[in-house]
Amino acid sequence: MSEALLSLTRVCADIDQYHILHGVDLAVPKGELTMLLGRNGAGKSTTLRTIMGLTTVTGGDIRFQGQPITGQSTPRIVRRGIAFVPENMGIFSLLTVRENMVLAAIGGTMDPARLEWIVDLFPPLKRFWDKPAGNLSGGQKQMLAIARAIIEPRELLLIDEPTKGLAPAIIDDLADAFEQLKRQQVTILLVEQNFNFSRRLGQSAAVMNDGRVVWSGSMTELAQDDNLQHQLLGLGMGEHQ
Amino acid sequence: MAADDARIDEPTGRAGPIARFHAFRRDKPHIFVLLTMMLAALAMMEPRIWVVLTISGLAMGAMVFLMASGMTLTFGLMNVLNLAHGAFISLGAFAGASVLLWLSTQANQPSLWTNLIAILPAFCFALLVAGLLGLVFERLIIRPVYGDHLKQILVTVGGSIIIMELIQVVWGPNELPVPRPDALKGAVFLPEWLPVAGGIALEKYRLIAVVLGLAIYGLLSWIIERTRVGILIRAGVESREMVEIQGYRIRLLFLGVFIAGSALAGLGGTLWAMYREIITAHMGDELMISVIVVIILGGLGSIKGCFYGSVLVGLINLYVGYLEPRLAAVATVALMVAVLMWRPQGLIPVIKL
Repeated sequence: MSEALLSLTRVCADIDQYHILHGVDLAVPKGELTMLLGRNGAGKSTTLRTIMGLTTVTGGDIRFQGQPITGQSTPRIVRRGIAFVPENMGIFSLLTVRENMVLAAIGGTMDPARLEWIVDLFPPLKRFWDKPAGNLSGGQKQMLAIARAIIEPRELLLIDEPTKGLAPAIIDDLADAFEQLKRQQVTILLVEQNFNFSRRLGQSAAVMNDGRVVWSGSMTELAQDDNLQHQLLGLGMGEHQ
Repeated sequence: MAADDARIDEPTGRAGPIARFHAFRRDKPHIFVLLTMMLAALAMMEPRIWVVLTISGLAMGAMVFLMASGMTLTFGLMNVLNLAHGAFISLGAFAGASVLLWLSTQANQPSLWTNLIAILPAFCFALLVAGLLGLVFERLIIRPVYGDHLKQILVTVGGSIIIMELIQVVWGPNELPVPRPDALKGAVFLPEWLPVAGGIALEKYRLIAVVLGLAIYGLLSWIIERTRVGILIRAGVESREMVEIQGYRIRLLFLGVFIAGSALAGLGGTLWAMYREIITAHMGDELMISVIVVIILGGLGSIKGCFYGSVLVGLINLYVGYLEPRLAAVATVALMVAVLMWRPQGLIPVIKL
Protein backbone atom coordinates (compact mmCIF):
# COMPACT_ATOMS: atom_id res chain seq x y z
CA MET A 1 0.00 0.00 0.00
CA SER A 2 1.31 3.49 -0.87
CA GLU A 3 1.87 6.22 1.71
CA ALA A 4 -1.19 7.69 3.46
CA LEU A 5 -2.36 11.06 2.15
CA LEU A 6 -4.84 11.35 4.99
CA SER A 7 -4.66 9.66 8.35
CA LEU A 8 -6.96 9.64 11.33
CA THR A 9 -5.64 8.45 14.68
CA ARG A 10 -8.05 7.65 17.53
CA VAL A 11 -10.41 10.42 16.39
CA CYS A 12 -13.42 11.05 18.62
CA ALA A 13 -16.19 13.46 17.62
CA ASP A 14 -19.50 14.73 18.95
CA ILE A 15 -22.62 16.07 17.29
CA ASP A 16 -24.42 18.21 19.84
CA GLN A 17 -24.46 16.11 23.04
CA TYR A 18 -24.04 12.78 21.25
CA HIS A 19 -20.70 10.95 21.05
CA ILE A 20 -20.61 9.58 17.50
CA LEU A 21 -17.00 8.65 16.79
CA HIS A 22 -15.17 6.64 19.47
CA GLY A 23 -11.58 6.52 18.25
CA VAL A 24 -11.46 6.19 14.48
CA ASP A 25 -8.18 4.96 12.98
CA LEU A 26 -8.06 5.29 9.22
CA ALA A 27 -5.41 5.74 6.55
CA VAL A 28 -6.28 6.83 3.01
CA PRO A 29 -3.50 5.79 0.59
CA LYS A 30 -2.36 8.37 -1.97
CA GLY A 31 -3.63 7.80 -5.49
CA GLU A 32 -6.16 5.13 -4.53
CA LEU A 33 -9.91 4.92 -4.20
CA THR A 34 -10.74 3.87 -0.65
CA MET A 35 -14.24 2.70 0.23
CA LEU A 36 -15.57 3.48 3.68
CA LEU A 37 -18.27 0.91 4.37
CA GLY A 38 -20.56 0.01 7.23
CA ARG A 39 -24.13 -0.31 8.33
CA ASN A 40 -26.46 2.66 8.81
CA GLY A 41 -25.45 4.72 11.81
CA ALA A 42 -21.90 3.31 11.93
CA GLY A 43 -20.39 6.82 11.75
CA LYS A 44 -19.24 6.92 8.09
CA SER A 45 -20.79 10.29 7.20
CA THR A 46 -19.69 11.75 10.53
CA THR A 47 -16.14 10.65 9.77
CA LEU A 48 -16.17 12.61 6.51
CA ARG A 49 -17.76 15.63 8.19
CA THR A 50 -15.17 15.43 10.97
CA ILE A 51 -12.31 15.44 8.45
CA MET A 52 -13.90 18.59 6.94
CA GLY A 53 -14.08 20.33 10.33
CA LEU A 54 -17.88 20.21 10.46
CA THR A 55 -18.20 18.42 13.82
CA THR A 56 -16.66 18.95 17.24
CA VAL A 57 -13.51 16.85 17.55
CA THR A 58 -13.04 15.78 21.16
CA GLY A 59 -9.89 13.71 20.74
CA GLY A 60 -7.37 12.22 18.36
CA ASP A 61 -5.42 13.56 15.43
CA ILE A 62 -6.25 14.14 11.76
CA ARG A 63 -3.30 14.64 9.39
CA PHE A 64 -3.37 15.58 5.74
CA GLN A 65 -0.09 15.34 3.79
CA GLY A 66 1.55 14.85 7.17
CA GLN A 67 0.26 18.15 8.56
CA PRO A 68 -2.29 18.31 11.38
CA ILE A 69 -5.69 19.67 10.29
CA THR A 70 -7.64 18.81 13.45
CA GLY A 71 -9.89 21.67 14.55
CA GLN A 72 -9.12 23.85 11.53
CA SER A 73 -11.95 25.76 9.87
CA THR A 74 -13.71 24.12 6.92
CA PRO A 75 -12.65 26.75 4.33
CA ARG A 76 -9.01 26.33 5.41
CA ILE A 77 -9.23 22.56 5.03
CA VAL A 78 -10.82 22.97 1.59
CA ARG A 79 -8.06 25.32 0.49
CA ARG A 80 -5.48 22.72 1.50
CA GLY A 81 -6.87 20.63 -1.36
CA ILE A 82 -9.72 18.53 0.00
CA ALA A 83 -13.11 18.59 -1.74
CA PHE A 84 -16.22 17.22 -0.07
CA VAL A 85 -19.49 16.06 -1.62
CA PRO A 86 -21.99 15.62 1.22
CA GLU A 87 -24.74 13.01 1.28
CA ASN A 88 -27.41 15.58 0.36
CA MET A 89 -25.12 16.82 -2.47
CA GLY A 90 -25.38 20.41 -1.23
CA ILE A 91 -26.40 21.81 -4.60
CA PHE A 92 -27.38 25.48 -4.60
CA SER A 93 -30.73 24.91 -6.22
CA LEU A 94 -31.51 28.60 -6.88
CA LEU A 95 -28.21 29.09 -8.70
CA THR A 96 -27.70 27.91 -12.25
CA VAL A 97 -25.45 24.97 -13.05
CA ARG A 98 -22.86 27.46 -14.30
CA GLU A 99 -23.01 29.52 -11.10
CA ASN A 100 -22.60 26.38 -9.00
CA MET A 101 -19.46 25.58 -10.98
CA VAL A 102 -18.16 29.16 -10.80
CA LEU A 103 -18.31 29.08 -7.01
CA ALA A 104 -16.58 25.72 -6.89
CA ALA A 105 -13.59 27.14 -8.77
CA ILE A 106 -12.10 28.85 -5.73
CA GLY A 107 -9.09 29.95 -7.76
CA GLY A 108 -11.41 32.39 -9.54
CA THR A 109 -11.57 31.00 -13.07
CA MET A 110 -12.47 27.64 -14.56
CA ASP A 111 -9.77 26.02 -16.68
CA PRO A 112 -11.48 25.55 -20.11
CA ALA A 113 -9.73 22.24 -20.85
CA ARG A 114 -10.69 20.84 -17.47
CA LEU A 115 -14.26 22.08 -17.88
CA GLU A 116 -14.46 20.38 -21.26
CA TRP A 117 -13.25 17.14 -19.71
CA ILE A 118 -15.92 17.45 -16.99
CA VAL A 119 -18.80 18.11 -19.39
CA ASP A 120 -17.61 15.13 -21.45
CA LEU A 121 -17.76 13.12 -18.26
CA PHE A 122 -21.22 14.47 -17.37
CA PRO A 123 -22.95 15.66 -20.60
CA PRO A 124 -26.27 16.70 -18.96
CA LEU A 125 -24.43 19.56 -17.24
CA LYS A 126 -23.76 21.21 -20.58
CA ARG A 127 -27.38 20.89 -21.65
CA PHE A 128 -28.70 22.56 -18.48
CA TRP A 129 -25.74 24.93 -18.06
CA ASP A 130 -27.83 28.09 -17.63
CA LYS A 131 -30.83 26.45 -15.91
CA PRO A 132 -31.43 26.53 -12.16
CA ALA A 133 -29.71 23.53 -10.59
CA GLY A 134 -32.89 22.87 -8.59
CA ASN A 135 -34.53 21.70 -11.83
CA LEU A 136 -32.03 18.87 -12.33
CA SER A 137 -32.95 15.27 -11.58
CA GLY A 138 -31.34 13.43 -8.66
CA GLY A 139 -28.70 11.83 -10.89
CA GLN A 140 -27.84 15.09 -12.58
CA LYS A 141 -27.54 16.82 -9.22
CA GLN A 142 -25.07 14.15 -8.14
CA MET A 143 -23.10 14.72 -11.36
CA LEU A 144 -23.03 18.45 -10.64
CA ALA A 145 -21.93 17.80 -7.06
CA ILE A 146 -19.01 15.66 -8.24
CA ALA A 147 -18.23 18.07 -11.08
CA ARG A 148 -17.91 20.88 -8.54
CA ALA A 149 -15.52 18.79 -6.50
CA ILE A 150 -13.21 18.18 -9.48
CA ILE A 151 -13.43 21.51 -11.32
CA GLU A 152 -10.03 22.25 -9.85
CA PRO A 153 -7.32 19.64 -9.28
CA ARG A 154 -7.71 18.51 -5.67
CA GLU A 155 -5.46 16.31 -3.60
CA LEU A 156 -8.33 14.37 -2.06
CA LEU A 157 -12.05 13.90 -2.75
CA LEU A 158 -14.41 12.90 0.05
CA ILE A 159 -17.72 11.68 -1.37
CA ASP A 160 -20.66 10.57 0.71
CA GLU A 161 -23.02 7.96 -0.77
CA PRO A 162 -23.09 9.13 -4.38
CA THR A 163 -25.42 6.31 -5.48
CA LYS A 164 -28.11 6.93 -2.87
CA GLY A 165 -31.56 6.95 -4.43
CA LEU A 166 -30.29 6.78 -8.01
CA ALA A 167 -31.51 4.53 -10.83
CA PRO A 168 -29.16 1.67 -11.88
CA ALA A 169 -28.38 3.27 -15.27
CA ILE A 170 -27.23 6.47 -13.56
CA ILE A 171 -25.18 4.48 -11.05
CA ASP A 172 -23.37 2.85 -13.99
CA ASP A 173 -22.66 6.30 -15.44
CA LEU A 174 -21.27 7.47 -12.11
CA ALA A 175 -19.14 4.33 -11.84
CA ASP A 176 -17.69 5.07 -15.30
CA ALA A 177 -16.84 8.59 -14.16
CA PHE A 178 -15.12 7.28 -11.03
CA GLU A 179 -13.16 4.80 -13.17
CA GLN A 180 -11.82 7.76 -15.15
CA LEU A 181 -10.85 9.57 -11.95
CA LYS A 182 -9.14 6.41 -10.72
CA ARG A 183 -7.11 6.19 -13.92
CA GLN A 184 -5.90 9.72 -13.22
CA GLN A 185 -4.81 8.52 -9.76
CA VAL A 186 -7.01 10.99 -7.92
CA THR A 187 -7.16 10.05 -4.23
CA ILE A 188 -10.76 9.40 -3.20
CA LEU A 189 -12.42 8.37 0.05
CA LEU A 190 -15.91 7.20 -0.80
CA VAL A 191 -18.65 6.32 1.66
CA GLU A 192 -21.00 3.77 0.14
CA GLN A 193 -23.80 1.36 1.03
CA ASN A 194 -24.02 -0.21 -2.42
CA PHE A 195 -21.64 -3.17 -2.23
CA ASN A 196 -21.65 -3.92 -5.96
CA PHE A 197 -20.59 -0.35 -6.68
CA SER A 198 -17.94 -0.56 -3.95
CA ARG A 199 -16.60 -3.87 -5.22
CA ARG A 200 -16.32 -2.52 -8.76
CA LEU A 201 -14.44 0.64 -7.83
CA GLY A 202 -12.67 0.20 -4.51
CA GLN A 203 -8.96 -0.48 -4.24
CA SER A 204 -8.72 -0.36 -0.47
CA ALA A 205 -11.55 -0.48 2.05
CA ALA A 206 -12.34 0.23 5.68
CA VAL A 207 -15.41 -0.97 7.51
CA MET A 208 -16.94 0.98 10.38
CA ASN A 209 -19.17 -0.11 13.20
CA ASP A 210 -20.36 1.83 16.22
CA GLY A 211 -18.11 4.82 15.61
CA ARG A 212 -14.88 2.84 15.00
CA VAL A 213 -13.05 1.31 12.06
CA VAL A 214 -13.30 -2.42 12.73
CA TRP A 215 -11.57 -3.71 9.62
CA SER A 216 -9.35 -2.33 6.91
CA GLY A 217 -7.55 -3.93 4.01
CA SER A 218 -7.80 -4.36 0.28
CA MET A 219 -11.21 -4.29 -1.43
CA THR A 220 -10.35 -7.49 -3.29
CA GLU A 221 -9.85 -9.31 -0.01
CA LEU A 222 -13.23 -8.12 1.31
CA ALA A 223 -15.02 -8.81 -1.98
CA GLN A 224 -13.77 -12.42 -2.06
CA ASP A 225 -14.62 -13.30 1.52
CA ASP A 226 -18.37 -13.89 1.95
CA ASN A 227 -17.99 -14.66 5.64
CA LEU A 228 -16.16 -11.40 6.26
CA GLN A 229 -18.86 -9.47 4.42
CA HIS A 230 -21.54 -11.21 6.43
CA GLN A 231 -19.71 -10.53 9.68
CA LEU A 232 -18.85 -6.89 8.96
CA LEU A 233 -21.67 -5.66 6.80
CA GLY A 234 -24.48 -8.08 7.50
CA LEU A 235 -24.62 -9.12 3.84
CA GLY A 236 -26.28 -12.46 3.15
CA MET A 237 -24.70 -14.98 0.77
CA GLY A 238 -25.38 -13.93 -2.80
CA GLU A 239 -27.05 -10.67 -1.70
CA HIS A 240 -24.60 -8.64 -3.71
CA GLN A 241 -24.61 -10.73 -6.85
CA MET B 1 -23.68 8.94 -20.94
CA ALA B 2 -27.30 7.92 -20.88
CA ALA B 3 -28.45 10.07 -18.01
CA ASP B 4 -31.10 12.32 -19.43
CA ASP B 5 -33.90 12.32 -16.94
CA ALA B 6 -34.30 16.04 -16.26
CA ARG B 7 -37.77 17.29 -15.61
CA ILE B 8 -37.76 20.88 -16.76
CA ASP B 9 -41.23 22.15 -17.48
CA GLU B 10 -41.75 23.28 -21.02
CA PRO B 11 -44.91 25.21 -21.95
CA THR B 12 -47.18 23.11 -24.11
CA GLY B 13 -50.00 24.29 -26.33
CA ARG B 14 -51.65 27.72 -26.44
CA ALA B 15 -53.14 29.27 -23.34
CA GLY B 16 -56.34 31.32 -23.37
CA PRO B 17 -56.49 34.89 -22.06
CA ILE B 18 -57.77 33.83 -18.62
CA ALA B 19 -55.03 31.21 -18.27
CA ARG B 20 -52.48 33.80 -19.42
CA PHE B 21 -53.79 36.26 -16.81
CA HIS B 22 -53.48 33.63 -14.06
CA ALA B 23 -50.00 32.75 -15.24
CA PHE B 24 -49.04 36.45 -15.21
CA ARG B 25 -50.45 36.86 -11.69
CA ARG B 26 -48.51 33.79 -10.54
CA ASP B 27 -45.21 34.53 -12.29
CA LYS B 28 -45.06 38.31 -11.90
CA PRO B 29 -46.92 39.01 -8.66
CA HIS B 30 -44.95 42.24 -8.07
CA ILE B 31 -45.96 43.69 -11.46
CA PHE B 32 -49.54 42.49 -10.97
CA VAL B 33 -49.91 44.22 -7.58
CA LEU B 34 -48.17 47.37 -8.82
CA LEU B 35 -50.35 47.68 -11.92
CA THR B 36 -53.54 46.89 -9.97
CA MET B 37 -52.74 49.59 -7.43
CA MET B 38 -51.83 52.20 -10.03
CA LEU B 39 -54.91 51.53 -12.16
CA ALA B 40 -57.21 51.54 -9.12
CA ALA B 41 -55.77 54.89 -8.04
CA LEU B 42 -56.12 56.28 -11.58
CA ALA B 43 -59.79 55.33 -11.54
CA MET B 44 -60.32 57.28 -8.32
CA MET B 45 -58.63 60.60 -9.14
CA GLU B 46 -57.86 63.11 -11.87
CA PRO B 47 -55.09 61.92 -14.20
CA ARG B 48 -52.96 65.03 -13.59
CA ILE B 49 -53.04 64.47 -9.83
CA TRP B 50 -52.34 60.80 -10.38
CA VAL B 51 -49.14 61.63 -12.32
CA VAL B 52 -47.87 63.90 -9.54
CA LEU B 53 -48.71 61.39 -6.80
CA THR B 54 -47.17 58.52 -8.74
CA ILE B 55 -43.87 60.32 -9.23
CA SER B 56 -43.84 61.41 -5.58
CA GLY B 57 -44.63 57.86 -4.51
CA LEU B 58 -41.80 56.52 -6.66
CA ALA B 59 -39.43 59.03 -5.03
CA MET B 60 -40.49 57.98 -1.56
CA GLY B 61 -40.19 54.34 -2.61
CA ALA B 62 -36.66 54.96 -3.91
CA MET B 63 -35.57 56.41 -0.58
CA VAL B 64 -37.23 53.64 1.42
CA PHE B 65 -35.54 51.11 -0.89
CA LEU B 66 -32.09 52.45 -0.02
CA MET B 67 -32.88 52.13 3.66
CA ALA B 68 -34.51 48.69 3.38
CA SER B 69 -32.14 46.98 0.93
CA GLY B 70 -29.43 46.56 3.55
CA MET B 71 -31.83 45.04 6.02
CA THR B 72 -33.29 42.57 3.54
CA LEU B 73 -29.77 41.37 2.76
CA THR B 74 -28.74 40.99 6.40
CA PHE B 75 -32.01 39.27 7.20
CA GLY B 76 -31.97 37.14 4.06
CA LEU B 77 -28.34 36.08 4.06
CA MET B 78 -27.41 36.18 7.70
CA ASN B 79 -30.81 35.48 9.26
CA VAL B 80 -30.08 38.41 11.53
CA LEU B 81 -32.94 40.57 12.76
CA ASN B 82 -31.19 43.89 13.20
CA LEU B 83 -33.72 46.21 14.81
CA ALA B 84 -30.97 48.82 15.15
CA HIS B 85 -31.13 49.39 11.39
CA GLY B 86 -33.20 52.53 12.05
CA ALA B 87 -30.37 53.91 14.19
CA PHE B 88 -28.00 53.48 11.21
CA ILE B 89 -30.47 55.52 9.15
CA SER B 90 -30.49 58.27 11.79
CA LEU B 91 -26.72 58.27 12.10
CA GLY B 92 -26.30 58.46 8.33
CA ALA B 93 -28.72 61.37 8.23
CA PHE B 94 -26.82 63.29 10.92
CA ALA B 95 -23.44 62.48 9.38
CA GLY B 96 -24.57 63.65 5.93
CA ALA B 97 -26.31 66.72 7.36
CA SER B 98 -23.16 67.71 9.25
CA VAL B 99 -21.15 67.75 6.02
CA LEU B 100 -23.89 69.74 4.26
CA LEU B 101 -23.90 72.28 7.11
CA TRP B 102 -20.11 72.46 7.10
CA LEU B 103 -20.08 73.01 3.33
CA SER B 104 -23.15 75.26 3.38
CA THR B 105 -21.40 77.91 1.26
CA GLN B 106 -21.13 75.41 -1.59
CA ALA B 107 -24.61 74.01 -0.88
CA ASN B 108 -26.19 77.45 -1.13
CA GLN B 109 -24.91 78.26 -4.62
CA PRO B 110 -27.38 78.02 -7.51
CA SER B 111 -24.98 75.89 -9.59
CA LEU B 112 -25.51 72.12 -9.41
CA TRP B 113 -21.78 71.50 -9.89
CA THR B 114 -20.92 73.68 -6.90
CA ASN B 115 -23.67 71.94 -4.90
CA LEU B 116 -22.13 68.59 -5.75
CA ILE B 117 -18.99 69.68 -3.86
CA ALA B 118 -21.19 69.50 -0.75
CA ILE B 119 -23.54 66.66 -1.73
CA LEU B 120 -20.98 64.04 -2.76
CA PRO B 121 -18.86 64.36 0.42
CA ALA B 122 -22.11 64.24 2.44
CA PHE B 123 -23.10 60.96 0.78
CA CYS B 124 -19.59 59.54 1.16
CA PHE B 125 -19.35 60.54 4.82
CA ALA B 126 -22.78 59.03 5.57
CA LEU B 127 -21.74 55.79 3.84
CA LEU B 128 -18.44 55.74 5.72
CA VAL B 129 -19.80 56.51 9.19
CA ALA B 130 -22.75 54.10 8.92
CA GLY B 131 -20.48 51.42 7.38
CA LEU B 132 -17.91 51.78 10.16
CA LEU B 133 -20.64 51.58 12.76
CA GLY B 134 -21.86 48.43 10.98
CA LEU B 135 -18.38 46.92 11.29
CA VAL B 136 -18.20 47.61 15.03
CA PHE B 137 -21.82 46.57 15.57
CA GLU B 138 -21.39 43.21 13.80
CA ARG B 139 -18.22 42.39 15.73
CA LEU B 140 -19.41 43.46 19.17
CA ILE B 141 -23.16 42.97 19.20
CA ILE B 142 -24.31 40.67 16.39
CA ARG B 143 -21.52 38.06 16.34
CA PRO B 144 -22.28 36.55 19.77
CA VAL B 145 -25.99 36.10 18.94
CA TYR B 146 -25.95 34.53 15.46
CA GLY B 147 -28.74 31.99 15.15
CA ASP B 148 -30.82 33.27 18.08
CA HIS B 149 -33.60 35.65 17.01
CA LEU B 150 -34.80 36.47 20.51
CA LYS B 151 -31.34 37.55 21.65
CA GLN B 152 -30.86 39.44 18.38
CA ILE B 153 -34.02 41.43 19.02
CA LEU B 154 -32.97 42.23 22.57
CA VAL B 155 -29.38 43.25 21.84
CA THR B 156 -30.14 45.18 18.66
CA VAL B 157 -32.93 47.15 20.34
CA GLY B 158 -30.44 47.89 23.14
CA GLY B 159 -27.79 48.87 20.59
CA SER B 160 -30.31 51.08 18.81
CA ILE B 161 -31.11 52.98 22.02
CA ILE B 162 -27.40 53.52 22.68
CA ILE B 163 -26.73 54.82 19.14
CA MET B 164 -29.69 57.21 19.28
CA GLU B 165 -28.60 58.51 22.69
CA LEU B 166 -25.07 58.98 21.36
CA ILE B 167 -26.49 60.97 18.43
CA GLN B 168 -28.18 63.25 20.96
CA VAL B 169 -24.93 63.54 22.90
CA VAL B 170 -22.99 64.59 19.78
CA TRP B 171 -25.61 66.69 17.93
CA GLY B 172 -27.80 67.76 20.85
CA PRO B 173 -31.37 66.77 21.73
CA ASN B 174 -33.13 69.16 19.37
CA GLU B 175 -34.26 68.74 15.78
CA LEU B 176 -31.56 69.59 13.27
CA PRO B 177 -32.53 71.66 10.21
CA VAL B 178 -30.83 70.34 7.06
CA PRO B 179 -30.20 72.75 4.19
CA ARG B 180 -31.29 71.26 0.88
CA PRO B 181 -28.73 72.36 -1.73
CA ASP B 182 -30.03 75.19 -3.90
CA ALA B 183 -29.93 73.32 -7.20
CA LEU B 184 -32.17 70.61 -5.73
CA LYS B 185 -34.84 73.07 -4.65
CA GLY B 186 -37.80 74.03 -6.76
CA ALA B 187 -39.59 72.20 -9.51
CA VAL B 188 -39.36 71.33 -13.17
CA PHE B 189 -42.36 71.67 -15.47
CA LEU B 190 -43.36 68.95 -17.90
CA PRO B 191 -43.71 70.27 -21.49
CA GLU B 192 -47.14 71.71 -22.30
CA TRP B 193 -47.55 69.50 -25.39
CA LEU B 194 -47.61 66.32 -23.28
CA PRO B 195 -51.12 64.83 -23.15
CA VAL B 196 -52.66 64.72 -19.64
CA ALA B 197 -49.43 65.57 -17.80
CA GLY B 198 -48.54 68.73 -19.80
CA GLY B 199 -47.42 71.65 -17.61
CA ILE B 200 -47.33 69.65 -14.37
CA ALA B 201 -44.73 70.84 -11.83
CA LEU B 202 -42.56 68.07 -10.40
CA GLU B 203 -40.28 68.67 -7.44
CA LYS B 204 -36.67 68.34 -8.62
CA TYR B 205 -35.53 66.53 -5.52
CA ARG B 206 -38.10 63.77 -5.97
CA LEU B 207 -36.97 63.19 -9.53
CA ILE B 208 -33.36 62.97 -8.39
CA ALA B 209 -34.37 60.51 -5.64
CA VAL B 210 -36.08 58.32 -8.26
CA VAL B 211 -32.99 58.38 -10.50
CA LEU B 212 -30.64 57.64 -7.58
CA GLY B 213 -32.90 54.85 -6.28
CA LEU B 214 -33.04 53.26 -9.74
CA ALA B 215 -29.26 53.58 -10.10
CA ILE B 216 -28.61 51.89 -6.74
CA TYR B 217 -31.19 49.20 -7.55
CA GLY B 218 -29.46 48.59 -10.89
CA LEU B 219 -26.04 48.45 -9.22
CA LEU B 220 -27.20 46.07 -6.46
CA SER B 221 -29.02 43.85 -8.97
CA TRP B 222 -25.90 43.72 -11.12
CA ILE B 223 -23.74 42.79 -8.12
CA ILE B 224 -26.19 40.14 -6.93
CA GLU B 225 -26.91 38.63 -10.34
CA ARG B 226 -23.68 39.02 -12.24
CA THR B 227 -20.69 39.07 -9.91
CA ARG B 228 -18.96 36.31 -8.00
CA VAL B 229 -19.71 38.08 -4.69
CA GLY B 230 -23.37 38.17 -5.68
CA ILE B 231 -23.38 34.47 -6.48
CA LEU B 232 -21.79 33.86 -3.07
CA ILE B 233 -24.44 35.97 -1.35
CA ARG B 234 -27.25 34.05 -3.08
CA ALA B 235 -25.55 30.77 -2.24
CA GLY B 236 -25.20 31.88 1.39
CA VAL B 237 -28.94 32.55 1.56
CA GLU B 238 -29.51 28.89 0.59
CA SER B 239 -26.89 27.13 2.68
CA ARG B 240 -24.19 28.65 4.81
CA GLU B 241 -22.52 25.32 5.46
CA MET B 242 -22.20 24.56 1.75
CA VAL B 243 -20.59 27.95 1.14
CA GLU B 244 -17.93 26.97 3.69
CA ILE B 245 -17.58 23.54 2.06
CA GLN B 246 -16.81 25.34 -1.20
CA GLY B 247 -13.90 27.03 0.59
CA TYR B 248 -15.31 30.46 1.43
CA ARG B 249 -15.36 32.08 4.86
CA ILE B 250 -19.01 32.83 5.42
CA ARG B 251 -18.24 35.05 8.44
CA LEU B 252 -16.24 37.38 6.23
CA LEU B 253 -19.08 37.46 3.73
CA PHE B 254 -21.54 38.19 6.57
CA LEU B 255 -19.35 41.04 7.76
CA GLY B 256 -19.08 42.52 4.27
CA VAL B 257 -22.83 42.33 3.71
CA PHE B 258 -23.53 43.84 7.12
CA ILE B 259 -21.18 46.76 6.45
CA ALA B 260 -22.69 47.32 2.99
CA GLY B 261 -26.24 47.13 4.40
CA SER B 262 -25.40 49.62 7.16
CA ALA B 263 -23.72 51.98 4.68
CA LEU B 264 -26.80 51.90 2.43
CA ALA B 265 -28.99 52.72 5.44
CA GLY B 266 -26.73 55.71 6.08
CA LEU B 267 -27.03 56.87 2.47
CA GLY B 268 -30.81 56.47 2.63
CA GLY B 269 -30.79 58.51 5.84
CA THR B 270 -28.95 61.40 4.17
CA LEU B 271 -31.34 61.36 1.20
CA TRP B 272 -34.28 61.38 3.59
CA ALA B 273 -32.71 64.22 5.59
CA MET B 274 -32.45 66.41 2.47
CA TYR B 275 -36.00 65.47 1.55
CA ARG B 276 -37.56 66.35 4.93
CA GLU B 277 -35.08 69.17 5.65
CA ILE B 278 -35.35 68.48 9.36
CA ILE B 279 -34.09 65.46 11.28
CA THR B 280 -34.24 63.97 14.76
CA ALA B 281 -32.32 61.14 16.41
CA HIS B 282 -35.47 59.02 16.36
CA MET B 283 -36.27 59.50 12.66
CA GLY B 284 -34.87 56.01 11.95
CA ASP B 285 -37.33 54.41 14.36
CA GLU B 286 -40.23 56.06 12.54
CA LEU B 287 -38.93 54.80 9.19
CA MET B 288 -38.35 51.27 10.50
CA ILE B 289 -42.07 50.46 10.19
CA SER B 290 -41.93 51.13 6.45
CA VAL B 291 -38.62 49.26 6.19
CA ILE B 292 -39.96 46.16 7.95
CA VAL B 293 -43.17 46.23 5.89
CA VAL B 294 -41.09 46.48 2.71
CA ILE B 295 -38.82 43.52 3.45
CA ILE B 296 -41.73 41.30 4.51
CA LEU B 297 -43.90 42.41 1.60
CA GLY B 298 -41.13 42.01 -0.98
CA GLY B 299 -39.95 38.64 0.30
CA LEU B 300 -37.00 38.14 2.62
CA GLY B 301 -33.55 38.35 1.09
CA SER B 302 -34.71 39.60 -2.30
CA ILE B 303 -33.34 42.88 -3.66
CA LYS B 304 -35.93 42.86 -6.43
CA GLY B 305 -38.72 42.18 -3.92
CA CYS B 306 -37.36 44.95 -1.72
CA PHE B 307 -37.41 47.40 -4.64
CA TYR B 308 -40.98 46.61 -5.66
CA GLY B 309 -42.09 46.50 -2.01
CA SER B 310 -40.63 49.99 -1.49
CA VAL B 311 -42.34 51.36 -4.59
CA LEU B 312 -45.66 49.86 -3.46
CA VAL B 313 -45.29 51.34 0.02
CA GLY B 314 -44.35 54.75 -1.42
CA LEU B 315 -47.28 54.74 -3.84
CA ILE B 316 -49.93 53.57 -1.38
CA ASN B 317 -48.80 56.21 1.11
CA LEU B 318 -49.29 58.97 -1.42
CA TYR B 319 -52.48 57.65 -3.05
CA VAL B 320 -54.29 56.97 0.23
CA GLY B 321 -52.88 60.14 1.78
CA TYR B 322 -54.61 62.08 -1.01
CA LEU B 323 -57.86 60.08 -1.14
CA GLU B 324 -58.45 59.61 2.59
CA PRO B 325 -55.69 61.16 4.75
CA ARG B 326 -56.99 59.55 7.95
CA LEU B 327 -56.29 56.09 6.50
CA ALA B 328 -52.76 56.88 5.29
CA ALA B 329 -51.15 55.49 8.43
CA VAL B 330 -52.86 52.10 8.21
CA ALA B 331 -52.67 51.77 4.42
CA THR B 332 -49.07 50.46 4.43
CA VAL B 333 -49.78 47.75 6.97
CA ALA B 334 -53.09 46.89 5.26
CA LEU B 335 -51.21 46.42 1.97
CA MET B 336 -48.76 44.07 3.69
CA VAL B 337 -51.58 42.07 5.28
CA ALA B 338 -53.41 41.79 1.95
CA VAL B 339 -50.31 40.62 0.08
CA LEU B 340 -49.33 38.14 2.81
CA MET B 341 -52.83 36.63 2.81
CA TRP B 342 -52.37 35.98 -0.90
CA ARG B 343 -48.64 35.11 -0.83
CA PRO B 344 -47.43 34.29 2.69
CA GLN B 345 -43.78 34.25 1.51
CA GLY B 346 -43.98 37.80 0.15
CA LEU B 347 -43.92 38.87 -3.49
CA ILE B 348 -40.51 37.57 -4.59
CA PRO B 349 -39.11 35.45 -1.75
CA VAL B 350 -35.56 34.16 -1.84
CA ILE B 351 -35.82 32.24 1.39
CA LYS B 352 -38.57 29.72 1.95
CA LEU B 353 -39.72 29.99 5.54
